Parts: sequence; C-alpha cells; structure tokens
Amino acid sequence: MTSAQRQSVGKPPIDTRAFDLLGLTMLLVLGLHAPHLPWWLSLALGVTLGWRWWQRRQTSGRVPRWLKLPLLVLLTLAVTVQYGSIFGREPGTVLAVGLLVLKLLETETIRDARVGISFACFALMVALLFDQSLIATMLVAVGLLPALATLRALEPGQVATDLPHALLPGLLLTTAALPLALLAFALVPRLSSPLWGAPSPDEARTGLSDSMSPGAFTQLLIDDSPAMRVSFEGAPPAPDQRYFRAYVMPAYDGFSWTYRGSTNVAPARLDVSHSIDYQINLVATHRHVLPTLDVPIESPVGATMGRDRVVTADKPIDEAISYTLHSALQYRLEPELAVDRGRWLQLPAGFNPQAVALGQTWRRQYGHDDAAIVRAALALFHDGGFRYTLAPAPLGRNAMDDFLFHTKEGFCEHYSSAFTVLMRAAGIPARVVTGYQGGYWNKLGSYLLVRNSDAHAWSEVWLPGRGWVRADPTAAVRPERVSLGAGAAAGGQLGWYRSDWLQGLRNQWDIVNRWWDQGVTRFDALRQRSLLTPFGIRDVDTTTLGVLLAVSSVLFIAIGLAWALRQRPARDPLRRALRELERKLSRHGVTRQRGEGPQHYLRRAGRALPAQRAELAALTRNYLELRYAHDQPPTEPLRAFQKAVREFHVAVVVK
Amino acid sequence: MRSLLQQIQQVAERRLPALTRYRRPESLPIELHRRRIYIVPSGFGIGFSILLLVMLVGALNYANNSALLLTCLLGAASAASMLVAFRTLDRLRLSQIRAGNAVAGEPLDLILAFDSERARNAIRVDLGPRTVAFALDGRSSTELKLALPTNRRGWQPLPRLRVWTSWPLGLFRAWSWLHPEQQVLVWPRAEATGPSPLAPADDTRRRRLHRGDELAALREYRPGDPQRHIAWKISARHEHLLVKNFEQPRSQPQWQLDWRQLGELDHEARIARLARWVNEAQSRRANYSLWLPGNEIPGDSGPLHYARCMSALAQMP
Repeated sequence: MTSAQRQSVGKPPIDTRAFDLLGLTMLLVLGLHAPHLPWWLSLALGVTLGWRWWQRRQTSGRVPRWLKLPLLVLLTLAVTVQYGSIFGREPGTVLAVGLLVLKLLETETIRDARVGISFACFALMVALLFDQSLIATMLVAVGLLPALATLRALEPGQVATDLPHALLPGLLLTTAALPLALLAFALVPRLSSPLWGAPSPDEARTGLSDSMSPGAFTQLLIDDSPAMRVSFEGAPPAPDQRYFRAYVMPAYDGFSWTYRGSTNVAPARLDVSHSIDYQINLVATHRHVLPTLDVPIESPVGATMGRDRVVTADKPIDEAISYTLHSALQYRLEPELAVDRGRWLQLPAGFNPQAVALGQTWRRQYGHDDAAIVRAALALFHDGGFRYTLAPAPLGRNAMDDFLFHTKEGFCEHYSSAFTVLMRAAGIPARVVTGYQGGYWNKLGSYLLVRNSDAHAWSEVWLPGRGWVRADPTAAVRPERVSLGAGAAAGGQLGWYRSDWLQGLRNQWDIVNRWWDQGVTRFDALRQRSLLTPFGIRDVDTTTLGVLLAVSSVLFIAIGLAWALRQRPARDPLRRALRELERKLSRHGVTRQRGEGPQHYLRRAGRALPAQRAELAALTRNYLELRYAHDQPPTEPLRAFQKAVREFHVAVVVK
Repeated sequence: MRSLLQQIQQVAERRLPALTRYRRPESLPIELHRRRIYIVPSGFGIGFSILLLVMLVGALNYANNSALLLTCLLGAASAASMLVAFRTLDRLRLSQIRAGNAVAGEPLDLILAFDSERARNAIRVDLGPRTVAFALDGRSSTELKLALPTNRRGWQPLPRLRVWTSWPLGLFRAWSWLHPEQQVLVWPRAEATGPSPLAPADDTRRRRLHRGDELAALREYRPGDPQRHIAWKISARHEHLLVKNFEQPRSQPQWQLDWRQLGELDHEARIARLARWVNEAQSRRANYSLWLPGNEIPGDSGPLHYARCMSALAQMP
C-alpha cells in the first residue's frame, strides 16, 4: 500500500523540494548571465538568492513587503546607474535577471513557482543572445533540467525521490523530444529580415582595429577566441605564406598608424603567377573589413576592394559570414608606383630623430640599392639584441627611438612600426599591414583555425621592378612567430591555460565548434532554402517548409501516440509454458484446435501418443491445478511445471 | 463563471449524452482507456505556449539559432509531456470500492482501490469540491479515502468521480470520469432529544450492581480490548499484557424497540426515534431487539447487531 496521499486545500505552499529546485534553476540562470552582469550585481543577487533559500528553510512564508520594495528600487537604481537607462538589451537583461531573483522572495504558491519557471525559461533563452556557442547552448540546455524538475515537483501526490532522480526524468523527456525539436529547428521558416530593430552590435568590439599604436594589440594577442576558419581548395599554403591581410596603414602621426579607406579608387595592378582558392568563415566583427589571404585577386560579392587591396564589406559584419575568394601567393603588386609616392614616405616632423638619422645613414651607405637597405634593417633586428615579448617596457614620446635604441623589446607592432619608420627615413616607400598570420591546421576537418591571438602586423616595402614586397621584421627577431605561431613565439608568457598540450586539445576541440557554427549558428534562410537539394528540390519556399513541418509533426505525433498507446501483453508464464507444450505436440501432428480446452486437448494428445499418456496426464493435472486452484499460480509448482514442459520430449514412435 | 460553466456542462450532458460521453454507471473494475480519456491544455499550459511563441519570434527576429533550438526543444518537450499525461491515466484501474457507515448529514468514508501494472504519479480524484492526490507504485494497489457527503438515509448511488492529472509538467490536464454502479447505505439520522424507550424498571439498578470492579479473572490482552481494562500493575510482572475480565451481568433484560409503539409519529420521525433508541441501547451495551414492518431482528448486542439494526432502519421505505 503506498501512502503518498495528500489533501489539497485552497492554495497550499509549495514543498521544500520544489522550492530547492526552483532556487537551483534561478542560480543556474544567474550563473549563465554572470559573464555580462556587473560582478557586484551578480554577487548581490547571489547573496539574495542564498539568503532567501536559508530563510525559507527556517520558516515558510513570503518575504515582507517592507523588505521587498526597497530591494526592487535598489535593483532599478543599480541598473540605471550602471547603464544609464533600463531599456536596451544589456540593461533590460540585467533587470530581468534581477527581477527573476526577486520573484523568488515572494514565491510561495504553485502559481508563483510556475510564473517563476516560465520567466526563467525566457531568461535562459535571453542568455543565448549574448553567446550562442556550443558550450553556452549546452549549459542553457542543462539549465532546463531543474526547470522541468521544478514543474514536476509542483504536482501533488508523487513518490518521493532524491535530487538526482528528480532531475533525471527531465533529461529523458528532453532526449525523447530532441528529434522533434531538431526537425522543427530545421523546418521553422526563417525570417529574411528582422521584424523589429536590427540586432544591436556588441558594445565591446573585438578583433583587429583600423588603427595601430605599438602596444595596442596586447589585449588581442591574449584573446584566443576563433577569428575565422579557412578551408582551401587543395593543399593549404605553407606556414610562412599564411598572411591574412586586413588593413593597410599609410598614415603615421608619431603615435599610431591609421587606415584610410580608398574604396573609390581602382585596385592597384597585380601580376599573378600562382594563386589559390579558399573559403573563409568569419565570426562577427562588427566592422567592415574582410581579412583575405595575401594578396586577394578580387573581392567577394557584397564587398569592394580598395586601392591597397584591402577588402571591405558594404555592411558591418554583425553575423558570422562566409565568403569564397582566390588570392595570389606569388605576385607583383603595383610594379609601377603611381603618383602619390609621397604618401608612402610621410613621416611626422619632430619625432624619432635617431631613427630617421639611422635611415638616412643607410641610404648614404648603400646608395640606390633599396634591397640592401631592407636587408640591413632586418639584420639590425636579427642581430641588434632585440627581444620578443608580449609585455614590453613602456615607450616615451619618441617611441621608435626608445624602442630601437633603448628598450629593444616588443612584439610585431613594435617591429613593423619601427621597420616602416626606418624605411621611410631611408626614402623607400613603406607601409604597415595588419591582419592575421599563422593559424592551426585542423587535419580532421581540413581547415585552418585562425584565432584573434594570431593577429599580426608586418610591413610592405616598394622596391623598383618588384612592386610591394612583404617584409616581416618580427620574423627576423623571432622566426618561430611565423613558422609556429603566436603561442610558440610568446614562450611561457601566456599562462598555464595556453600550455602546449592544452592548446593542442583546444585546437582539436575547435572542430566541434566549427561544426556547431556551420550546422546551427549559420543555418539561415539561405541554407534552409537549399535544405532539400539532396532530394532534388532546389528551392524550398516558406509554404513548402510549413507543409513539411506539419507533415513531419504529424508523423512524430503518430510515433508518440504509438508509444503512449502501447500495451505490454500481460505476462502469464503458465500460458507460455502451455504454448510451448502445444508447439512440441503439434510438431507431431497433435495441434490444438480452435475452441478446444486444454484438458480435452491434452487428453487427445495422450490418446495420440500412448507412450506418454501418463506423463501428459500428470501435466494436465498440474496445469489445471495451477490455473484454477489459485488466484495467482504459486511460484514453486509453476517452476516445476515449466521444467516438466521443457523436459517433455515426444518419443518418436517407430511404426 | 464557474457555476455557469457547470450548468452548461450539465445541460450538455443531459441533451447530448453521446457527444459529452456521459457515462452510464458501470460495474467494477473500471479500466480507463483511450476512448474515455480527455486532454486539454491547462491555463498554465496556454500561458506557457504564449511564452514559447514569444521566444520563437524573438529567436527568429534576432536570427539566433541557438535560441531557436532551445525554444524548439522546450516546445517539443511540452508536447511530449501531453503523451505522458495521457499515459498516466491510460490503463488505470479502479478495482474496488468499500464504503464505511455514516448517518445522514455526515460524510461517509469511501475507500477506492486503484491499481495498475506500472508506476504512476500525481493522479487526482475529485469528489465534489475535495481533491485527493495519490501515486501508484505499479505493484500493489493504492487505497484512497474520500469523504462522500450525505443528506438522507437509504441507498445512495455513488456520484461521478473525476480522475485527472496534470503530470508531469502541469501543462496539460488529462481527465476521465468514473461512474461506478454501486450504492452506499446511509443510516438514518437519530432525533436529537426525545423520550427514552420503555426499559425494564430494574435495569439501571442491576447494571449498577454489576459495574463494580469485581475482578472475575485475568486473561491475555487481545487486540480490541479497551485500554482501561488493562491491568497495568499486574502486566508489569508478566510477559504479556493482562486484561481484567469483569463479571458480566448474568441476565440482562432485553430492550424491545418496536415500530408499533410509535404510532403517533409520522414515518420519518418514527425512524429517527428508533435510531436514537438503537444508539442509546448500543451506548449502554444493552441487549435489544428491533421490530420493523416486514423485518424482525431478534435481541442481541454488539457492533454487528447495531449495524444490522441501523441498516434495517435505513432501508425502510
């Protein structure tokens, strides 16, 4: 007799288990939102949550109003102070999460708890607007488990279980629902344009910037989130050719180099001798520039190429995109320098006198041999006691002088900047190029993973007859930077989490991210339209999608109903044993007829097989006894009967 | 609002029995099956679907596929919970009903035994305004105690019981009607005050004589013995509890309760008075007999006799 009975009268308070699960759900929501909440607010909300949980343990009941209202005011005030307004995505989210936690303070009845759970589900979805990576989605899906468990715990009259077992059914339910969810995901028609307000770009811009001052990359170089993934037609280029061009920076003001867009001018002439086709999947950067393998031959659709072969998209890249290009690996860029030669020789007056003097010295020393000057500069970096470090000493007003003659330590920005200044001082047209270099070749997925930490800056110098030639002074100091990547060049400066084996693991793991990115994140209206291409349907319109969705939903409902209506046949071991006996007998011609009772049948069998009449009579007696003398056949005699049936063999009668 | 809905439901059931599947009383055991389980979204379910819709539009608008996937997952899980709700009731069996005894106007205890082959949770049974929730473990049957309100004596048919569940998530409400073809007997309500029955004159004196604490013997405790008869002091020295056996009155005069004595009263008042007398006799543990038209119950005492007398009174036309 189970005694899980409970009377429900009026609006009963929810029990401890349901409240614990609700608190757990809220905690998970808070945890998922913590990365974009101010830390002090996360902490305050966490403490509130913990306190409420403890308080509810002591005495059940709502938190008094005089405590609730000030908390509400405080929350609104905090959000306003932090963001200046309570509207917009970030402040709105923070407010929603805060309200959710405060809702727990007044949660006492089933209705409260249900409202809280619905709201928590919504907040879980909102967390995905900030980060929709695989890990984030998985975490949010895990957050559904306590939410579902809470809803279950709200139902009265159930068998008590411990906490892990309370979470398990939610997992089963979601797993069972997964096929239908995936189907709906694939078939729900996507919007080709948003219904309201375009998604607001991230406040914090990551990725390459269109200006560069030595030392500015440091943040980028320790950010190892993926920047793009590149797959090549055929073999990938050699590591020292994996330069991805983003910005070309001609202007130098003594502090920083800046990019000037020049999209209305035709691209400079490019003589190609060897080219490669590839596709780039770029994560959202919220900028216009599209990195391309050095040097791009033409621009993809929806983008234009500037004079310096910098490719910029017409709209900012607010969502991950992919584009196909081909680039020249061996080339001559702009063999005849056009009129604005002075643009590439510009140096701010009154800065870096020592560096300028050194450049002029080289010019006097080598005469017209520009290549020799370049070699001299690279030799200086190689042999002049320079050191590669991500944490260089700060530089003064004459930054390049300080770097070249005093500190002698820095990373790619310092080297390319100093090199370009020296070249311009010697009268050689030169410019800084920023972009990415290197990347990790994922063999499993045959693609090159380029992280933000692979950001790089190098120089281009113009040599008569050869055009713009890439010169990477960083490679002169630290050849590993180019051949092995940023991590190798930095040595032990990057902390334990960038150590080799871990980095290797992370690089391997990236294939999952890429799969997620391609399969889920970028499954847009366009991809959806070509969904049925393998089945010969070239273009799927919204109506077809709707019909498909309806049809397949019906299919799933049918499967579900089949499961729900399935009935296990009642287990009757006695009946099974009798069936076995019937099979054995029918093999020898004694088949049970329709409407023939077991007693008659076995008696007939006994007449047909006189050698075993006694045995059959005993079996009949046992069967009738088991069947009719008890409500349920007792175990021991039943076993004996089963054994007897198993051991019964029809003796072959020789006639 | 609620009463209006109930009225509409009643009219619909009267007029359109086939449509509303008004079930005639049926004999036990009753097994629920798909033809008699109904399922609709609950209020919470409707609210939750609106929320899902908002989430869907939001995810589509922001072209956020992870959020869309989450919404789809939640929606699919909700839909699947409908099947779970159905399965909670499907093949549920009401195997027997036992009724207690009660006088008219007092609630009568109904004990419903449910069983099923698999474990089920959060099944609720509505009887009038009261709801009782229970779980089944799939092995033994669960007995459920319900209080049935009564108002008049006699055989009373069992009302329709609604068995329902919103398991597992509270999004859907599945229900079915149970209308067992069984009647319970409600005893008549005794009148509040009135004259005593014509008892033998010396009855009280004799009883007093024999009420002394004259111990006749001690015997071993049997379940059901009154606690105050236990000889605690003596029991302390023995292995078992011992009970004082009082000397019974040698010959107790019989109370003869007779329908015919109450000629001056009307029908129901006679029954009420007889009921009071039977109560009184029972509480004094007297030996009494009851004469009713067409039913003569010889003198006896004890709870069985009491029940027999009260049932006879209840069944009076």
